[in-house]
Amino acid sequence: MTTNALFSIPESSGHDMVTIAFEGRNLTVPAGISVAAALLSNGVSDFRSSVVGQAPRAPYCMMGACFECLVEINEFPARQSCLISVQDGMRVRRQLGASAINIKDEL
Amino acid sequence: MGNQSLTVIGGGLVGAAIAYGAVRSGIHVRVLDQGDTAFRASRGNFGLVWVQSKGHKLPRYARWSRDAVTRWPALQQELLQLTGVDAGLQQPGGFWLGFSDAEMKARCALLENVNQHGGEVPFEIMNRSKLVQYLPGIGQAVVGGSFCPMDGHANPLMLLRALHAGIICRGSEVISGVEVARIRFDSEKQEFETFSGDGRSWKSTRIVLAAGLGNARLAPQLGLNAPVFPTRGQVLITERLKPFLRYPMNKLRQTLEGSVQVGSTSEDVGFNDGTSTERIEWLARRAVTTFPALAYARLVRAWGALRPLTPDGYPIYQESSSCPGAFIATSHSGVSLASVHCFVIGAWMSGMAERPPDFGVFNGDRFANSK
Repeated sequence: MTTNALFSIPESSGHDMVTIAFEGRNLTVPAGISVAAALLSNGVSDFRSSVVGQAPRAPYCMMGACFECLVEINEFPARQSCLISVQDGMRVRRQLGASAINIKDEL
Repeated sequence: MGNQSLTVIGGGLVGAAIAYGAVRSGIHVRVLDQGDTAFRASRGNFGLVWVQSKGHKLPRYARWSRDAVTRWPALQQELLQLTGVDAGLQQPGGFWLGFSDAEMKARCALLENVNQHGGEVPFEIMNRSKLVQYLPGIGQAVVGGSFCPMDGHANPLMLLRALHAGIICRGSEVISGVEVARIRFDSEKQEFETFSGDGRSWKSTRIVLAAGLGNARLAPQLGLNAPVFPTRGQVLITERLKPFLRYPMNKLRQTLEGSVQVGSTSEDVGFNDGTSTERIEWLARRAVTTFPALAYARLVRAWGALRPLTPDGYPIYQESSSCPGAFIATSHSGVSLASVHCFVIGAWMSGMAERPPDFGVFNGDRFANSK
């Protein structure tokens, strides 16, 4: 599988840039684009593993319908990365399988 | 049995289970199914395989429900082997949860009452500290619960698919897109003829009305009485979550696939199977009170479906006295009762077995004064 980015963001001056971390790697990307666009333009092709078969997945529709682009953002699981804009300092991780909800006993 | 044939009107869970049971008794069956335009209660079923607290006003129904959950594993196995379709049965036992001491007291009395009338349904009342060992993460508001080791859950959609596949595997047929207009009984030939609105017709020596809400309209044509009316239930579905609920509860369960199903409402809104924001919010609040961590789960779907209820909530199983060979079956517990609908009702209504004992209590005539 290629590791070259299949997508790129046209060079233009005057963009505000932000830095996000994907799996600990810092990516500097234009402010205002979606998390999915930021990852795709940086060569990320494996956003999550599927719930059933653990197969790698990547965005398909880029418009909020397919749920293939789920990632963990700032420790919140299963966010739709195509619908969320990048924010400076955002921490993004791959979504591995189904979300876990954090059970704490209330005794 | 060579010349015997059976028409089943209704291809939902009740009709399909009876049809499959009849087919395995050796009779040729034709299921006439309304199709996707139907108010298909089976598609909205919550998926519990449940006996706890059933039949507290009708002991025969408690025993019937107990037989059903006892025989479910045999149905699951048979359908899986025959069709390869897994109806997803799990029977780890199930919980009802109480939110006040008064509720707990009433619950205990109710379950004891079932068994005082021959229910033979084992149960255990648990206080909060015992409950959390089974259901970690339960909310502060839960004061206790009741547990029945016979309870469980299954996948209603896969069950319906397995039953249809089973009927076809064994050489009978399911015809979809049939709006039944009327049924004629020829007493000399002992033959029923079913006419669809678009001019088709089918003949058979026996007939079963299992048309859910449609039974109210069809029953009088065969000398039967089935005043069923719709009660809407709304259900919420979360995204798939890693397994955290080991046991189904009557209002909350995690499916094998990981979704949490939150149910359900009971609303009298006529033939409206939609959803409402106000009820969705109410269900979501109750779920979060029960399991606070669910506040972080995302809801992906909500649906409404119409239960076909009788005035007392119990089923109707009956043969017509004016049109012998014509039967009616109406129940809103299409999943819980699937096994006995298949093994018992299917054999009876296909003519291969006598009416089950003490079944007079399920006659529709008990509603003679209802509309």
